[in-house]
Amino acid sequence: MSFGPHLLLALLEGSVSAFVLALTALGLALVFGVMRIVNVAHGEFFMLGAVLAAALAGLFDLPPAIGFALALLLSPILVGAIALVADRLILRRLAYEPEATIVATIGLLFILQQSVLSLYGPDARSVAAPIDFRIQFPWFGYSGYKLIVAALAGVLLMAVWYGLKKTKLGLVMRATQLDSEMAQAFGIPVQRVYALVFALGAMLAGVAGVLIVPIRQAHYLMGLDPLLLSFAVVIIGGLGSLRGALMAAFIIGLSDGVISVFFSPTLAKILATLAVALVLVFKPAGLFGGRAQ
Amino acid sequence: MTGGKVQAMAKSSAGRVAVLHVGLIALMFLLQFVLPQYHHTNLARIMVLACYAIGYNLLLGYTGLLSLGHAMFFAVGLYATGLGVAQFGLDPLSGFLAGPLAGCALAVIVGLVALRTSGVAFMIVTLMFSQTGFLLILYFGDFTRGDEGFVVAEGLRRLAIGGMTIDLAAPAVRYNLALALFGACLFVSWAVLRSSIGRVFVAIRENEERTRLLGYDTWRYKLLALALSGTMSGAAGGAYALLFAYVGATFASIQYSIYPLLWVLLGGAGTTLGPFLGTLLMFYLIDIASGLLPGYLIVVGAVLILLTLWFPKGIVGSLRARWLTWLP
Amino acid sequence: MTNMKSPVKSEGRSKVSRRSALKGLGAVAGVAASSALMPGYMRYAQAQTSEPFRIGFQVHSTGIGASYGRWYDQTTKAAVKLINEAGGIAGRPVEIITEDDGTDPKRGGEVIEKFASQHKVDAVFGTLFSHVVIGSAPRAGELKMPYFVVSEGHHVASGGLNRYVFQPGITDVKSQVISLAPWISGNLGKKVTMIFPDFAFGHDHRDYFSAALAAQGGSISALIPIPPTESSFTKYFPQIPADTEVLYHVMVGPGVLTFVKELGEFFGSKRPQIFGFIDSLEAVDIASPGLEFLDGTYFWEAFPRYAGAKQTSFDKFYRSAVGVDDKGASLADPKDISTYSHMFGCWETLYVIKQAIETSGYQSPADKAKLIEAVESMTGFAEGNEHPQGEKTFVGKIHQAFGHQFISKVENGGLTVVHQTSIEDGLYEPEADYTTQSL
Repeated sequence: MSFGPHLLLALLEGSVSAFVLALTALGLALVFGVMRIVNVAHGEFFMLGAVLAAALAGLFDLPPAIGFALALLLSPILVGAIALVADRLILRRLAYEPEATIVATIGLLFILQQSVLSLYGPDARSVAAPIDFRIQFPWFGYSGYKLIVAALAGVLLMAVWYGLKKTKLGLVMRATQLDSEMAQAFGIPVQRVYALVFALGAMLAGVAGVLIVPIRQAHYLMGLDPLLLSFAVVIIGGLGSLRGALMAAFIIGLSDGVISVFFSPTLAKILATLAVALVLVFKPAGLFGGRAQ
Repeated sequence: MTGGKVQAMAKSSAGRVAVLHVGLIALMFLLQFVLPQYHHTNLARIMVLACYAIGYNLLLGYTGLLSLGHAMFFAVGLYATGLGVAQFGLDPLSGFLAGPLAGCALAVIVGLVALRTSGVAFMIVTLMFSQTGFLLILYFGDFTRGDEGFVVAEGLRRLAIGGMTIDLAAPAVRYNLALALFGACLFVSWAVLRSSIGRVFVAIRENEERTRLLGYDTWRYKLLALALSGTMSGAAGGAYALLFAYVGATFASIQYSIYPLLWVLLGGAGTTLGPFLGTLLMFYLIDIASGLLPGYLIVVGAVLILLTLWFPKGIVGSLRARWLTWLP
Repeated sequence: MTNMKSPVKSEGRSKVSRRSALKGLGAVAGVAASSALMPGYMRYAQAQTSEPFRIGFQVHSTGIGASYGRWYDQTTKAAVKLINEAGGIAGRPVEIITEDDGTDPKRGGEVIEKFASQHKVDAVFGTLFSHVVIGSAPRAGELKMPYFVVSEGHHVASGGLNRYVFQPGITDVKSQVISLAPWISGNLGKKVTMIFPDFAFGHDHRDYFSAALAAQGGSISALIPIPPTESSFTKYFPQIPADTEVLYHVMVGPGVLTFVKELGEFFGSKRPQIFGFIDSLEAVDIASPGLEFLDGTYFWEAFPRYAGAKQTSFDKFYRSAVGVDDKGASLADPKDISTYSHMFGCWETLYVIKQAIETSGYQSPADKAKLIEAVESMTGFAEGNEHPQGEKTFVGKIHQAFGHQFISKVENGGLTVVHQTSIEDGLYEPEADYTTQSL
C-alpha cells in the first residue's frame, strides 16, 4: 500500500487506541493525582470490564445492541464495586503508603487475574458489536464500530472533564488532590473521597474494557498491555496533570500506530518503554515530586 | 546505648550468628543424602534462586531501594553464561564468570541513570528498564532464541579439572555447586552487613538525608549496593544456566522481578536468612498450590497482600523483632 | 460457564487429594520416604500386577495455549476411558497424571522433571506449542523419559531434539505445506503473502512453504511476522502488496477471532484469494458475526470439522466418544467449538503408546529402551477407531508420522472438503536418524 493510505490507516487505528488509552489512563491519573499512589492492578480493572461484559452479554440471548448496552451499564458498576472492596480491605489499612501500596496492588493483580482464570476460564471470548458496519475507503475498509468507540470514549472523557471542573464533587476531589490535610481541616471526608476516586478510576478502565470487547476479545491476560501503556501515559503526561495525561495518551496512541508503519512493533515497544524510563529520570518535574525525595 | 555496651552485645551474639549460618550450610549439605530425587533437584534450584534473593535483599533490605526490574540482572547473567558456553564455546568456568561480570556491568550502567530517582520513581524506572531488556531479548530472537529459549547441551556442561571430568548435570555435583554458591552469597551478605559499608547502607535506609548530612556520598554507596546486588543476581543467573540448562526470555519477564521481592518480603527484608527462607517457602507453596488450583498465582497474590498488611517484616524479621533480637 | 467444566474439576480434585497426600509425605517426611523399604519399591518388584501404567499429560491449561489445552484434556479423557473399558493396556489400567505447563517453555522443563522424579510416570505426552516442546524436550532426553508430543512442529522430524521424543499422532508442518503447495499454486495463485506468528511454529511455515512454493514456480510477495501476544492486527495489513494473489495465514493465540474479523474489515469484498490454516479458527465458530467475508476462502484442515458426505464410521465413533457434534461443537454447548484439527493427535498418540507397550512387552520404566525401539519399528497405522483421522505412515528414523491433509472451502456457513492429499504428497527425505543415537 502506498504511503498516504498507509498513514491514513495508521492514524485511524492510532486515534481509536488513543481514545481508549486516554480513558484507561485517565483512571490511573486520577488515582495518582488525588491519592498519590500507583495502582499496579489498574490493567486488571480494564480486563475485568471486558470479561464481565463478555460474561453478561453471553448470559441471555439478547440482540447485540441490547446485550452491549446492558454490559456498558452493569460492567463498570461491578468493577467499581470490586475496587471499593479492595480499597476498604487493603489500601485504607496501608494508609495509602506508596511503596506498600505498590506491593499490595501487585498482589491484587495476581488475585484478580487468576480469579478470572478460575471462574471465566482461559478462553478468549468476544461480544457482537452493537452496530456492525464497514466504511469503505478507496484503499481499504474500516470498521465503523471502531470509530463509534472513539466517539463514545471522547464523550465520556468530556463528561469526566465536566464533572471534575464544574461539579461540587469534582471540586472536592481537586481540593483533596491539592492539599489533603487542608481539605480534611475543612471538613472534607478524605477517606471517602479516596474510596470514590479509586472506584472511579477503576470504572473508567472498566468502561474502556467494555468498549474494546467487540473489537478485541476478552481474555484473562489482556490487562498487562493497557497497564504498561497507561503507566507510560501518566508518567510522560505528568503526575496530577489530567490535561497532560490526555495529551500524552494521544501522542502515544497515535505514534504507536505511525511508528509501526516504519518499524517492527517490538522495536516500537522498546522505544516507548525506554522513553518512559528516561522521562522519569531526567524530567521528573511534576512526577512523583513530593514523596520521591 | 554506649559504644562499649553495643560492642559487648555484638561479641556474644556474633558467636550465635556464626553457628546459625554455618549450621544452615551444614544442614543443607547433609540433607542431600536423604532427600528423594524430586526434592533433591528442587533444593538445588531453590539454593540458586536464593542467591538471587540475597542479591535483591542487599538492595531492598539493607539499602532500602525497592527495584521492580531485577529480572534484568538475573537474565543478563543467565544469557551471558548460556550464550557464552553454547554459542561462543566458553568452558563452563569462564562461562560462569561471565554471569556475575555481566550482572555487575549492567547494574552500574542502570544505576548511573536510575539512581537519580528514588522511591516510587525508582520502582517504575527499574521496571521499564527491565521490560526493555525483555523486549530486546525477543527482538534479537535470531540470536537469543527469543521466548522459545535454548538448552545448554549436556556435553557442554562438563568441567575438566586436572585429569577428571565433572558432569554438571549429575545431581550430586549440581546440588553441591548450588550449595557452594549459596554459601558464598550468604557469607558475603553477612560480611557486608557487618562491615562499615554495610552500616552506611543501613543508615541510608533509615534516613538518607541525615546520612548525607553526616558527610557520606550516599549516591556512591547506593551505586555500590546496586552493583553488588547486580553481581549476585548475575551469578545466580549464570549458575542457573549451567546447572539447569534452560535459558529463555521467561526469566527476563516481569514475573521474575516480582519473585525476589516476594521471597525477600516473605522471609524478612534486611535479614541474612530471610531470603533463603522466603524462596524455600514460596517454592513449595506454589508447588502445592499448582496441584490444587489452575490459578495458583492467586496464592502469590494473597501472600503479597497478607505480607504488606500484617507481616511487613517477614518471618525472620518478625522473629528478630519479637524474640531473637540477635539475628542478623 | 459450560457444563464441560464440572467433569474436569471433579476429576482434578480426586486426583489431587491423592497427589497432595503423596506430596505431603515427600516434603515433610523426606527421610522416611527415601528409605528403601518404601512400599512403591516393593510394588515394582512384583511382575504382572494390576498396577496401572502411569502416563504424564503435559497440558496447556493456562497461558496462550489454553483453548487447545481444554480440548486436548477432553479428548485424552475420552480415549483413556475407552482404553480402560476395553481392558486397559496389556491387561493393566491406564492412569493419566496431568500437569499444567502454562504454555511456558521454562515451566515445561520443570514439569518433565516432576513427571520423572516425583510422579515417576512411564511416559509423557501432550505438548502442543512448539516453543514449549523445544524447552521441554531436552530435559526429557536427559531424564530418559519417553516423550510423545502432539505439536505439529517440525522439530521432532528435523533431528534437532533427541531419541526420546516422538510425534506419532499428528503430522508436521513441513509435510503439511509440501502437500498443499501444488494445490495452492495451481488453483489460487502464484504470488503469496504469508502472515504467521513470530515464533518457532510460524517460522516453520515461513521456511517450508517458501521453499515448497518456489519449487512450484511461485514466489513470496511479502512475509509478515506477528508477535504471538499481539491483540490488534489491522496495522499489519497495509504491508500486503497490492498484487498479491494469495494471502496465506496461520495464527494462534487468544486474538485469532480478532485477526480474522479485522482481515475482513480491511479487505471487504475486494480481496485476494485467501488460504488459511484452521489454526486461525480453532475453537472459533465460522458462523460468528464479522466472519462473513470468509465465505469462499479456503482452509487447511487436518481433520474436517464439519462431518461431510464422506464421513467414515470411525469419525462418527470418535465424535460421539469425545462429545462433539457434526459441526465440531461441544454436545453440551453448541457455541463451544472444539479444536478439531489438533486434538485427535492426543487420541491417536495414546493408542500408539498402547500398541508400543503391548508389542514390546514393556512393564516398567526399566524397559524404556524396549518401548523406544518398538515405536521406532512401527511403519504405519491403519485408519480405524484408534486412528479416526486416517491412515498414517510412520518413519521410525525421524520419529514422525505422515498422513492425509484436507483442503476445505467455506460455504453455506460451514466447511466443505474440496481436496484430500495423499500421504506421498507430504513425504520428504528423512533429514536425520535418531535410531543411531544411544539411549
